[in-house]
Amino acid sequence: MSTLLEVRDLFKTYGTGEAETRVLRGLSLRLEAGEMAALLGPSGAGKSTLLTILGTLMKPTSGSYEMLDQDMISADDRALTDFRNAHIGFVFQFHNLLPDFTALENVIFPTAVREGRETPTARTRGRDLLERMGLADRIDFPTANLSGGQKQRVAVARALMNRPELVLADEPTGNLDRASAKQVMDLIGEINREEGTTFLISTHDEKIAASCRRQIEVADGVVTG
Amino acid sequence: MLYALKIATRYLTANKAQTALLITGVAVGVFIFIFMSALIGGLAEFILSRTVGDLSHVTIEAEDPDPSLLIAPAGHVLAVTERGRTRNATLAEAETWLPLIEAVPGVRAVSPQITGAGFLTRGAQVSQVSVTGVMPGRESAILDLDGYMVEGSARTGSGLIVLGRDLADDLALSLGQTVRLQSSGGITALLTLSGVFETGNGAMDGARAFVSLPVARTLFAMPQGVTRIEIKLDDLNAADATALRIRALTGLDAVPWTDGAEQLMEALNAQAQTGYFLKTFALITIVIGVASALMLSTYRRRPEIGIMRAMGAGRNFVVFVFVAQGALIGLMGGVMGAALGYLALLPFPSREAFEPGTLPMDITQGSYGLAITLTVIGAILASILPARAASRVDPVTAIGQ
Repeated sequence: MSTLLEVRDLFKTYGTGEAETRVLRGLSLRLEAGEMAALLGPSGAGKSTLLTILGTLMKPTSGSYEMLDQDMISADDRALTDFRNAHIGFVFQFHNLLPDFTALENVIFPTAVREGRETPTARTRGRDLLERMGLADRIDFPTANLSGGQKQRVAVARALMNRPELVLADEPTGNLDRASAKQVMDLIGEINREEGTTFLISTHDEKIAASCRRQIEVADGVVTG
Repeated sequence: MLYALKIATRYLTANKAQTALLITGVAVGVFIFIFMSALIGGLAEFILSRTVGDLSHVTIEAEDPDPSLLIAPAGHVLAVTERGRTRNATLAEAETWLPLIEAVPGVRAVSPQITGAGFLTRGAQVSQVSVTGVMPGRESAILDLDGYMVEGSARTGSGLIVLGRDLADDLALSLGQTVRLQSSGGITALLTLSGVFETGNGAMDGARAFVSLPVARTLFAMPQGVTRIEIKLDDLNAADATALRIRALTGLDAVPWTDGAEQLMEALNAQAQTGYFLKTFALITIVIGVASALMLSTYRRRPEIGIMRAMGAGRNFVVFVFVAQGALIGLMGGVMGAALGYLALLPFPSREAFEPGTLPMDITQGSYGLAITLTVIGAILASILPARAASRVDPVTAIGQ
């Protein structure tokens, strides 16, 4: 396996003066392509901050970050936006779908925003992904009419739309019942095995963590295990 | 950017009631803009038609020759001919110029005239009059004499005279009765009253007499030439340029109506300025309305903007989504307001049929295209601030909301 990304000595500090909070304190981590890793740790350990930095939505206070042999620290906003669109997918705890759009429109958004329009190819892939997620009968449903589990599966499909090398999932099952959570995790595992997409899943759930091949523990802003 | 347009459209249709209210607000602003344009424009037309409409738009008058001097061999002026109280200069070659003037673009009518002063006598009644000799058939070329006739005909001819209502009343003259007209040169003619007009202008109705050009030639002993040429134009606003053209073409002293009408022009300019202010305020209202509505939308959609940014939408994409919303609101509100304005103006009489007591609205001066264009531009400008604010939304903070 080749190295997908590597961060070294990551520091992240919020606020200044008395309000200063150091969330990451020299965190280093390497992810290989095709890994399926769980990110564990107590609340406030820095998991979400790490995911946000890895997702290029935020820059660390200091440290280095390379993904696919590109320096993510020196890249400007436009370059990071393009990189994120092409190589990184997100699954959030609260699905974060666009409420005024259908399931299919949400799924193909990352491609449409890159192409400047909804191409037939994108529509075909979006439909395929939704069918794979077991949502064939919900393709043109407004997302407001979907259940929590269905919404989260739409979010997973959206994260996979541009065939990213990395999918970052922040508590993807935290808001779902057991059955829906298992369904979503099974899908994630299937895609990881079949397409080699790397998943980094932040979770508090031991069972979810156990379903991943690697567990990364974070505490006090550093990787502890 | 086609996709950004789709997102913008979806955002607008997602909350139909709010969008409809916003578009209606813009439409009201555009309606006011159009209504004011039609009113101010119509009012200006009305004032001009009432004040200048019956006047000559360009006038050519013969220049009095310089007074004759008797100069001594030593250079002293021994005697100066006193300038007469009445005009006696003539445009001797007027008939040569007439076809040339009539061929000038924008010239609607040309009326060669002989004017002078005189006295009308009937029995013991004597009235001082201003006499205008016009070519038979061209009585209404400048002043719409036909339109003002209350009795008889405006047609002048041999032995005929047309008088104002007040003057006829003062002399107790009825149609068909005769009156003696003595010119300032002392020549007398016995004329029959063939028509009575009433313009509403006291000076005109009480002291103006129209006769035919041949009668005037006799009265003022002017066998050839005329004293003035009055010219009516299709567009009275083109008087300055047309006068210059006629002057260049003929060498005659053509004077536009705007010379000596500074006060009227100032009043019209002031009125136009008032219109600009009102229209500007209407546009400002539109801009503020659109800006505040989009600002609210930006705030409400912060999480969605964050999601879009996380999914790879650039700042420019977000800017375009909100600017497109502004443009669409402006376009729809503009078209709706323009249509409403046009429909509201339809019942008003046309500019040719303004009547006292009605608003002199001119539907042709609604500035519909300008109103729509300015509204779209205004709405786009109004959306720039919210759009920039949207593009700066921090996706991490927005998604965490």
